[in-house]
Amino acid sequence: MIWDLHCHLMGVPGKTADERMARLVEYADRLGIERLCIYLGPSLVHNPTPQRLRDDNDYILQALSHWHDRAFGFVYVSGEHVDVSLEEIERCVAKGPMVGIKLWVAKRVSFAEIDPIIVRAHELKAVIFQHTWFKTDKTQYPGESTPDDLVAVARRHPDVPLICGHTGGTWELGIRAVRAYPNISVDLAGSDPTAGITEMAVRELGAERVIYGSDAGGRSFASQLAKVQGADLSEADKKLILGGNLRRMMTPILQSKGIQLPA
Amino acid sequence: MPLLIDTNVYLSRWPTRRLRGDTPETLVELLKKSGVSQAWAGSFEGLLFRDLGGVNERLAADCRVAPDLLLPFGSINPTLPDWEDDLRRCHEVHRMRGIRLHPNYHGYKLDDPVFVRLLALAAKRGLIVQLALSMEDERTQSALVRAAHVDVKPLADIVRQVPGLKLVIANAFRAMRVEQTDQLVAAGNVSFDIAMLEGVGGVKRLIDQVGLKRVLFGSYAPFYYFESSALKLQESPLAGAQLEAVRHANAQTLLG
Repeated sequence: MIWDLHCHLMGVPGKTADERMARLVEYADRLGIERLCIYLGPSLVHNPTPQRLRDDNDYILQALSHWHDRAFGFVYVSGEHVDVSLEEIERCVAKGPMVGIKLWVAKRVSFAEIDPIIVRAHELKAVIFQHTWFKTDKTQYPGESTPDDLVAVARRHPDVPLICGHTGGTWELGIRAVRAYPNISVDLAGSDPTAGITEMAVRELGAERVIYGSDAGGRSFASQLAKVQGADLSEADKKLILGGNLRRMMTPILQSKGIQLPA
Repeated sequence: MPLLIDTNVYLSRWPTRRLRGDTPETLVELLKKSGVSQAWAGSFEGLLFRDLGGVNERLAADCRVAPDLLLPFGSINPTLPDWEDDLRRCHEVHRMRGIRLHPNYHGYKLDDPVFVRLLALAAKRGLIVQLALSMEDERTQSALVRAAHVDVKPLADIVRQVPGLKLVIANAFRAMRVEQTDQLVAAGNVSFDIAMLEGVGGVKRLIDQVGLKRVLFGSYAPFYYFESSALKLQESPLAGAQLEAVRHANAQTLLG
């Protein structure tokens, strides 16, 4: 069972959300990936306006509409627009089909003003995903979180499961940064398939805190899946990383929405 | 087992990390387990060491651990005194089939006249030239080992100046986009490996862009997980002849 935590429709051939979603599933099928979590719309604006957030979420809702058996959606929210983000969580998660939230690079997540978003998402049992990077070449975006920013959230909300997107990019730093915070799991997606990332993550965090994701379509499913398939790990650990952990994390919200999964 | 030629592997140690497969024996084990029938091997020592004569000698010796599997591709730094003799030794002493260049670690640009001279001398000897554009995501490099991507803008004009050149662009696609390959493809015998190719269905997209004969299998193991490039062949819908060309036939044509 392979579930992919981290997919987008950008970079996938096609003109519409529906066309791109169908193509993304075709590629996933070629590698045996059963479920895809998708989020962010086509704009890739670093600091989206409220309307842009709504439009991007509409795009994902459309993409999901024919693929509820294969894909899960996360609602795109922003620390720059907390009230609108809370409205979007109500629209897309509480009253809609989505099962997680995605925070990207609009505002660093360490700011306490973000807390209502974290609290509401947790009340709904939604998966909370924050993009993070430690960039060593001084190209950090102004609002781009590092794993240290996510650690600040983990300290304020020690009972809330959080996902550290990209394992912080520079993964040897990212893994160390989140190591002491058991409510943070790491997402393997969206960095080069550099050998050793998964082995170090499992050694330092335990396999239960490591989750496969790809960052397709900009990234290849193949290059990211290789981080698990090629790692020097037990088959049991690989099963957890490839899907077991994400399924466990998502089970509460899937159950609350009445979504049945095969045993 | 079907043939598989991996045109992009490295021996010796990466400067800031131990890698599974960074000894000749463990790399050979990894490649054999992965079904590789031949691998073109460079040396990580070639990035920072000045004594490239010694680096190439060790590389040749390491490849003799599995002479049917590993083909050494020596490092040449044309900013070093008497680099021409390093090239001669690669060809005449070590009987190498090609060389591998890392301009961003050796501090020269492609429009430097010495680069054209190096390509011309290599072509005259019939050596394959592998030009590595990147070794590591620039956003993750150690502050003490920083190297920007190689700027390929001058390359198409240079290729046109060197008749008989057989050029392989290794680790191409962090430094350039697939859509930017047109001029290079038109300029001469230029191929690309898939190690740093990203995006869903990337291999098929690259074939459509540059032509089937210009695409080579390269894993960049052991720095990258070997499975990355292997799974890319599965991700793209490729016909049997396409698979055969990328897996080994195109590389065999370059070897002659």
